[in-house]
Amino acid sequence: MFELRKDIFADERDDNLKEIGQPTQRQDMLGHVTGTSTYYDDHRIAGLLHLKVLRSPHAHARIRSIDDAAAARAPGVKRIIRAADVPVNLNTLLSLIQFGKDDEPSLANDIVRYKGEPILGIVATSERAAIEALGLVRVSYDQLPAVFDVEEALKPGAPSVNATYPKNTFEYHGKYDHQKLRYGDVEAGFAQADVVLEERYQMSPIEHAPVETNGSIAVPDTNGRFVVYTSTQALFFSLDTAAKINAVPSNQLHFIGGTVGGGFGGKVDTMTEPLVILAARLTGAPVRYRFSRHEEMQFGAPRGAERIYVKDGVMRDGRIVARKVRAYFDSGAYTRLSSYAVVKCVAHIPGPYTIPNAHADVYCVFTNRTPATAMRGFGVTALDFALECQMDKLAVAIGMDPIEFRILNAYRDGDMKAHRREAKNCALIECAQVAAEKANWPLREQFRRMSSRIGGGADRTAAGVDRSRAPTPAAPARTAAAAPQRVAYERPAPPAPTPPPARGAPPPPPSPPAGSTHGAPRFSSVFGTRRR
Amino acid sequence: MSVNVKTFARLADAASALANERGARFMGGGTVLMRLINDTNPAVETVVRSTDQSLLHLAVSSGRIELGSGVTMAAVLAERDLAFLHAAARAVGGPAIREAATVGGNLFARTPYGDFATALLALDATVTLAVGLGQRELPLEEFLDRRERGTSLVSAVAFKRPAAEAFRFLKVTRVHPRGVSVLSIAAQLPLASGRITGARIAFGGMNRTPVRAKAAERALEGRALDAAGIAPALAVAAEGTAPADDAIASAWWRREILPVHLRRLLIGPGQA
Amino acid sequence: MKTPVQFRLNGEDVAAFAESGANLLDVLREVVGDLSVKGGCWQGSCGACTVLIDGAPRLSCLTLAESIAGRSIETAAGLRRGAELHPLQIAFMERFAAQCGYCTSGMLMAAKALLDRNPSPTREDVVEALGGNICRCTGYEPIIQAVLDAASGDRRRRA
Repeated sequence: MFELRKDIFADERDDNLKEIGQPTQRQDMLGHVTGTSTYYDDHRIAGLLHLKVLRSPHAHARIRSIDDAAAARAPGVKRIIRAADVPVNLNTLLSLIQFGKDDEPSLANDIVRYKGEPILGIVATSERAAIEALGLVRVSYDQLPAVFDVEEALKPGAPSVNATYPKNTFEYHGKYDHQKLRYGDVEAGFAQADVVLEERYQMSPIEHAPVETNGSIAVPDTNGRFVVYTSTQALFFSLDTAAKINAVPSNQLHFIGGTVGGGFGGKVDTMTEPLVILAARLTGAPVRYRFSRHEEMQFGAPRGAERIYVKDGVMRDGRIVARKVRAYFDSGAYTRLSSYAVVKCVAHIPGPYTIPNAHADVYCVFTNRTPATAMRGFGVTALDFALECQMDKLAVAIGMDPIEFRILNAYRDGDMKAHRREAKNCALIECAQVAAEKANWPLREQFRRMSSRIGGGADRTAAGVDRSRAPTPAAPARTAAAAPQRVAYERPAPPAPTPPPARGAPPPPPSPPAGSTHGAPRFSSVFGTRRR
Repeated sequence: MSVNVKTFARLADAASALANERGARFMGGGTVLMRLINDTNPAVETVVRSTDQSLLHLAVSSGRIELGSGVTMAAVLAERDLAFLHAAARAVGGPAIREAATVGGNLFARTPYGDFATALLALDATVTLAVGLGQRELPLEEFLDRRERGTSLVSAVAFKRPAAEAFRFLKVTRVHPRGVSVLSIAAQLPLASGRITGARIAFGGMNRTPVRAKAAERALEGRALDAAGIAPALAVAAEGTAPADDAIASAWWRREILPVHLRRLLIGPGQA
Repeated sequence: MKTPVQFRLNGEDVAAFAESGANLLDVLREVVGDLSVKGGCWQGSCGACTVLIDGAPRLSCLTLAESIAGRSIETAAGLRRGAELHPLQIAFMERFAAQCGYCTSGMLMAAKALLDRNPSPTREDVVEALGGNICRCTGYEPIIQAVLDAASGDRRRRA
């Protein structure tokens, strides 16, 4: 099942490894199999109160009035928490690294922007009492037009979703409505290409569905601090976020976590901690805020939906000469982490392939949907889905074996990547070769001989030409060898396209920024700088 | 406020409490009702239970089968004489659900649940209600038609044992080994001289409750159980159904796949 | 309103006051203090709260607490005997059949219910027995293998 191929790159590696390749037991495994691992809710706390929130039934509406008088008198109710009770009722998660502007309230005070947005909290002696009291709150709304599609949200006259970003796009570098990548000249590449193919890819939101739902418990300590047991995946991140929203120094909060009942990115957003701490402060009692399964599935932030257009120019010998990507990330009503997902996506374009001309415009778009967040490679996962589907279609279009096609175009050590970094420690070619071998997928000799090393294998222009065994393409509809296809969304091509840069002569890297204003060393991947 | 739980040793007392208490619901195995209670559903104010042993009554004879409403799916699966019903019982939940879920409860389970009730409908089962001190019997179809209105206490179901090999059941799900139904189909196909007489077909997941496929039943009358014989029944299979658009499937999808699965149930996948 | 309920939990007598209408999961965790039982959905969909009642697998979140008076409950907390782990626990450790661990208690109890009744299950038996239990981390293969390992280990020991 598990096989280490130590024969590959054996000369590049000190093979005196003590841990890699050796089975190692998890330190928490004994606790898991004996049911003694301590999750956030595995604390028995006397006098525990329970917080539940009222959620918007509308995707977009103005709150006209809230009548919580009957709820306040309901049995077991200890405290109602309103928007005005939240000390700092506007936040964005990545404000901790000075990325993006505060745009999301903990409790909506005037407008609700997605179905399920919290409006008001009730602290009661039991979850049941809190839920029953929520049923007594009367809210009157004026419904507002809502937008649920990323491209609709960018059209003139679309409903404005997010007050901080009224044009429905996140703002990059203080002025841009999207993140760009420019490398070489894609229009020249398309002009040179034998085949141009453009496709549209759409991902749906995906719920992480951890078996343990999001939750936390805040317990007042005798020294004025609060002990917070939490399901968070990002302990210090959640601590700083909760401190900011509660306007308390972070040393007043003692966060205890670490054993998380499944996260997958869905427990980064700090959805329960700020309010449960506020509830404990306002009541002086320990309080738990635990998502029901319904809340987790319906209102817990999902992986965002992404719409990706990919346009590629490819030569009949197999070389991809241009790749242009236009993508829209559905952030939902607020930013959370989608702004960062866009940066990751752009940093991954054009995928693990050496393409001399690459171009990308990627937008983080606000819609009246549940805010999206991190999930397992977010930003990259959907792009790879699109790009690898595209790779298969391109291989068919030019009649080339799809694995050989990938091997031909894969990064090799020393190649210049589209974001001006030299490729190092590449291994895609070897992975593809081993995968083909395991699947009994025949590769031609020249592709079996190729390598990710500098100059490894043949020159790309010469390598793909022997296509005697390759199948004839079944008249792909989008093939346009003589006149590469043009598509509507393109801007007019530059008047005099320059020829694509020759291999080995990539555009010069940009000069490093004079000084970072973003605190780059703390979270380098957002800003594209890397500590070495 | 917590839910009021009232437990009665005698079924008649439970029936009378159920009739007289506001917001009262009868709890069998709890797999339907506990979900509502855990969700703080305000519709459930009082839970009525009964420990009456008659609810566990299970009688299998060569002609007639009687199942107390408290008989669990696990108990059905443990009964070798009920082998024809095992596929339908196994369609309900995982092993832990089947230890709790009862025959009676399944009659109240809303779509997408209620696969066992679908099977009972194709068996032409009758339902016995505990009413006051007495009992009242009515056809399952009539019971299902009225179940959303008012509360009733089912004490048992009964049906004639189908002829050997005449009963079939199929559940369509997108998640394996265990997922909720996209739809389910039960069929009782008595054969006389190679011809179908008095077919009973029931669909689950195609309406608010399990329903009989009467157009398909009529189209099968006197026909052979082969591709040509069942073709008219497949053509009218979706008649009278009103499936929902939900997270499991669209109404369109359910209607599209219904005849495909009905064909598979009737003559197998290989004989298209 | 609270209702007294007495039962056996992992071989010990337990008496507890259950809130009227409370489920067994909440009573085990919050009244009795057996935190090995996990809640994932409170609607019978995930299997994390699986316990054994008189040897049969049951979802504690869908079990009315007062209905188990006089019955015998087994949970993951009662699997090991002192320092000695149950064969299922050893097999889960060796097969890396847990990642976040939250579904593990329920998986172990569903597996124990199977092996107690059928010491030599087929792979299909195991898949069926775990069919009501959701894991979001590991994929099911290591868990299925662990249960098969535990069964064959049991057979070896008896032989």
